Amino acid sequence: MSDTVAKKPRVAFFDFSCCEGCQLCAIDLTTEQLLDLINVIDIVEFREAISEKSDSYDIAIIEGSITRDSDVPRLKKIRDTAKIVIALGACSMIAGINALKNFQSKNDYQKAVYPEDPNKYETTTAKAISEFITVDAFIPGCPIDTGEFVRVVKNLVLGKNLGIPDYPVCVECKKNENVCVYEKGIQCLGPVVRAGCGARCPSNGGYCFGCRGLIPEANLHSQQDIMQKYSLSFQQMMEKFKLFLQRSPEVFQDGSK
Amino acid sequence: MAANNVKIDVHHITRVEGHGNIKVDIENGVIKECKLEVVEAPRFFEAMLKGRPYDEAALITSRICGICSLGHQMASIQATEDAFGIKISEQEKLLRRLMNCGEYFESHVLHIYFLAVPDFVGAKSVLPLVNTHKDVVIQALKLKRLGHYIGDVIGGRLIHSMATNVKAMTKIPTAALLQDIIAKLEDAKLELTKAIPIVKSLKLPHFERETEYISLYKKGEYALLEGNIFSSDTGETSYKNYREMTNEYLVDHSTARRAKHHRDSFMVGALARFNNNHMWLSDRAKEVAAELGLKAPCYNTYMITVAQFVELFHIADDAIQAAKDLLNMNLKLEDRSFPVKAGTGVGAVEVPRGILYHEYTYNDKGLMEKANCIIPTGQNLDNIENDFRALLPTVLDKSKEEITLLLEMMVRAYDPCISCSTHILNVEFV
Repeated sequence: MSDTVAKKPRVAFFDFSCCEGCQLCAIDLTTEQLLDLINVIDIVEFREAISEKSDSYDIAIIEGSITRDSDVPRLKKIRDTAKIVIALGACSMIAGINALKNFQSKNDYQKAVYPEDPNKYETTTAKAISEFITVDAFIPGCPIDTGEFVRVVKNLVLGKNLGIPDYPVCVECKKNENVCVYEKGIQCLGPVVRAGCGARCPSNGGYCFGCRGLIPEANLHSQQDIMQKYSLSFQQMMEKFKLFLQRSPEVFQDGSK
Repeated sequence: MAANNVKIDVHHITRVEGHGNIKVDIENGVIKECKLEVVEAPRFFEAMLKGRPYDEAALITSRICGICSLGHQMASIQATEDAFGIKISEQEKLLRRLMNCGEYFESHVLHIYFLAVPDFVGAKSVLPLVNTHKDVVIQALKLKRLGHYIGDVIGGRLIHSMATNVKAMTKIPTAALLQDIIAKLEDAKLELTKAIPIVKSLKLPHFERETEYISLYKKGEYALLEGNIFSSDTGETSYKNYREMTNEYLVDHSTARRAKHHRDSFMVGALARFNNNHMWLSDRAKEVAAELGLKAPCYNTYMITVAQFVELFHIADDAIQAAKDLLNMNLKLEDRSFPVKAGTGVGAVEVPRGILYHEYTYNDKGLMEKANCIIPTGQNLDNIENDFRALLPTVLDKSKEEITLLLEMMVRAYDPCISCSTHILNVEFV
């Protein structure tokens, strides 16, 4: 094996509570993308797709939220082993849809799903991995965008700026020349949510529900003003924030607990 | 030497969707323990749905599983449509058939080429095959990509599609893109044809155990998106009676509900569909089945992978027809309004790994009061266990490694989707 091959960082994939859809997106590669990636990294563990396992890796890519105390030691061990930890997707980065249950009491959601024996299964508040360990980079979205994934991993390995936008979805939506979702009488979180998805939902007849997380210093008051302008209620806005943003302390006071 | 004492403990079985362990303990040739533990963290989706509006049900439930995302959406919107008494248009039916083709290509190709095949060629994964069978890997990537491409064109995205909604899609494809899909599917059939010798060469273990086969059923169709439920033991029953067909039950030592119908276990998935509905496969799919020696009724679990391969031909043919029909229509964005009312509805669809049910109860404001989702992998778990028990006594003369591989291959054959973690979770069956 040549030196350049030996020097490639060893990359391992791990998952906690999630749908594994982000990992599927990560392998939804064109041939060029696959060869591109294989040129810069060496995949040593990826349970969903390969049987190889390794205890030594440089970059850990983690999908999923932490929803059980018993998962924390495994997460910490991954952190201790890897030089760089990347949070892959909404579940890992902001606890995503998993945190929707956090609005109910543990007793309530346990009873709803396992009425016969509510306490049988270990579970706790769904949290992002950054609530337990230091995370060096994140790839937002539910699911992630394959192109963004390839770009971020390559940039990281090459020491370049990761290129994740800090501006809101509205910017990309306007670029796509969409009719504003609000003009159709539907609420949209585009004004305060991080771009980078190409405004995919509003561009396909949907609306933004925040899967990529808030932009830094998101102005929630102006979001509220927009809602008011279109006769949509504060309550409607908060209901939509619940879907993916329960862990955002800017929106929900107990979000970071 | 015959292995009268075997202990097998596979922690986090690889190349399956989600987290599971295989545990087997044989002492003096007697099976003491034989289980597939599902150790996925529970996610409480049915509780999450409580109080949410009807138009979020598919958005939320698609996140149950990445690989069955669209299947959950289809079951979800159908349950909602059933509850509100909504009839969908011919255009919408055709678009859903195309979208569904996208999911089957993504899922079946991933399973056949990336998850199942490496076992047969002595590889740990598809990665070493990049060097030894580069053309096959590139072919697989291309076929899988096609699934995502169809998802992009019809639904905005294959995984967690935002355009797939109650009553009608919020997006319609252009004629040029439909023509492109047809061309790509024709090409895919040629690519798949090139792979027939590879599938034919796979040395599938000889293992037969007849069981009950349950699938969706609609006379004259290879039913995937609509129909009643059919059991090879008891025949047809309304999709509304899904609870009778699944009979979820709890056992003391299990952390999840199991399902049984006429016997102590049943099979769902590609082989069950093939056994029940093979006569309605496309002509090309029938030819391929014959060429690969797949004949109904087939009782070899390991043949599930072959049945999936055969299905790809049928699904390509079906989607080509759907795209052609769409080209002959004047496509338009459809009105999505309808009256909301209190009620209960059931959605039953075939996802790549078997029949999936969603049942919702809404109040008069269209807010969810109760939700129930029964996933195919949960229905198959007891059948996998029964297969283990039937297989083990016949392979005790093999090495521990060989036995482990046979068990892993058996689990993989079912193409289990452990992440589909609704309430069927943390299964541990002994």
